[in-house]
Amino acid sequence: MPKTIYLDNAATTAVRPEVLDAMMPFLTEWYGNPSSVHEFGALCNVACDKARAQVAKVIGADPKDVYFTSGGTESDNWALKSAVLAKKEKGKHIITTKIEHHAVMETCEFLERQGCEVTYLDVDADGLIDLGALKDAIRPDTIMISVMYANNEIGTVQPIREIGEIARSRGILFHTDAVQAFGHIPIDVDKDNIDLMSASGHKIHGPKGVGFLYMRKGVKLPPFMHGGHHERGRRAGTLNVPGIVGIGKAAEVAEREMPDNIKRVSGLRDMLIEGLLREVPYSKLNGHPTKRLPGNVNISFRYVEGESLLMLVDEKGVSASTGSACASGSLDPSHVLLAIGLPHEIAHGSLRFSLSEENTKEEMEYTVKVVKEVVERLRSMSPLYEDMLNGVA
Amino acid sequence: MSTKLEYSDKVVDHFTNPRNVGEIKNASGVGTVGNAKCGDIMRVYLDIDDKGFIKDVKFKTFGCGAAIATSSMATELVKGKHIDEALALTNKSVMEALDGLPQVKVHCSLLAEEAIHAALWDYAQKSHVTIDGLKKPKSDIHEDDHDHDHGEEEE
Ligand SMILES: [Zn+2]
Repeated sequence: MPKTIYLDNAATTAVRPEVLDAMMPFLTEWYGNPSSVHEFGALCNVACDKARAQVAKVIGADPKDVYFTSGGTESDNWALKSAVLAKKEKGKHIITTKIEHHAVMETCEFLERQGCEVTYLDVDADGLIDLGALKDAIRPDTIMISVMYANNEIGTVQPIREIGEIARSRGILFHTDAVQAFGHIPIDVDKDNIDLMSASGHKIHGPKGVGFLYMRKGVKLPPFMHGGHHERGRRAGTLNVPGIVGIGKAAEVAEREMPDNIKRVSGLRDMLIEGLLREVPYSKLNGHPTKRLPGNVNISFRYVEGESLLMLVDEKGVSASTGSACASGSLDPSHVLLAIGLPHEIAHGSLRFSLSEENTKEEMEYTVKVVKEVVERLRSMSPLYEDMLNGVA
Repeated sequence: MSTKLEYSDKVVDHFTNPRNVGEIKNASGVGTVGNAKCGDIMRVYLDIDDKGFIKDVKFKTFGCGAAIATSSMATELVKGKHIDEALALTNKSVMEALDGLPQVKVHCSLLAEEAIHAALWDYAQKSHVTIDGLKKPKSDIHEDDHDHDHGEEEE
């Protein structure tokens, strides 16, 4: 087995060699500022436009509607905060969900402190929102619906097209945080009725520190970053040329390989899920069984705690992540796991394995073996397991 | 997020090779503290002789790396000691013996101190002895008490 089996691709991915190759010249010889008139600048400008077209193609967008940012978090902040500014005549009500990424959730909480009203939709046990509940939550003063495309923890993919349809028919802006979905599953901003979409480079084997906000023509949100006239006056700041070239190349590769990768990665995913549920008793899959990201596996192992589980599997060379409270420094486990109705003690014992096309079947087999051993070891020292065996709890 | 790199070598050692894991049949005292809601639960078994010395101690812990390491170290520190000395054990001395814990993990170390007190309390009840300075344990797994001190502000 290799030294490390990297199963934390939802956190970040390795930069692909071909992406790095595409970026390198813009760190060395072509260091110009795209805003400059001279040839150095023009060259970089052309490169950024190429990247814009590469990114736009993946989501069926007009390249002019793609605005490069520093990443998913900035894009989420921009979409939400600027929508509130732009729509203040109409109202100050936002609809979102209880399972959003912190970049949306904390921004909504901030906006509530500024006087906005936010409805956080419940999700069912699989992590899906209810379209009826969404319709019921709409008010005359609702300015935006923001629902993530696919969840970073449990992998559940929302019915984005239907949500977009509802938003469009009611004249409400629809934003989706697609950081986990972009480049992994097909997205079509027109068919999906998306007005605003956040995405990031480093989740698709591109570099960190670059992402974009898709903003449909006619959706004129004010800038979030003020300054120079970059990005057609919508996002100030000298363009991160190497990063932009990198996300462009990564998007191109992701699009080209998507059909193969979906097949391959979801095959590995199902193999890991089946293996873990079969080999480890008292375990349970979190997230929707089929409407889920190709690379996401999230499993709760009862009677053990996630951080110790994570550290012991790491010792054996498997890198995963957990929704346990003790890993986050707060007292509460993941808000997503609580939102799908897991009791605290079960949420604490969950691990997320996020795969990429670079993983192999052998790695899945090894992971099942390691997790089984570690769970058994931790259960042998768990008072909760002892109580269960003794019929106390 | 505490990563393994933020843990001292001693914490990693006690976490990966915990001492005194297990149960004691017919223990003199058993104490369970913590709450699954907070994420850490510890159970301590004490075997105490008639002179009040802790002949043997075992534990079981559901919890993070810090909780398991402090459980292991605390049991090492009270093993062979008189119950008065065991009562005097604080989370601070356990942390010191482990060369410290990351700030966000300080609350996890309270578990061991409380579990030993709870086991001593159980012993005192069962054997009808009084231990000066011992108070009824603050929390218990079955009480679903979420208010116990997590030591968030402690330093
Ligand atoms: Zn802990």
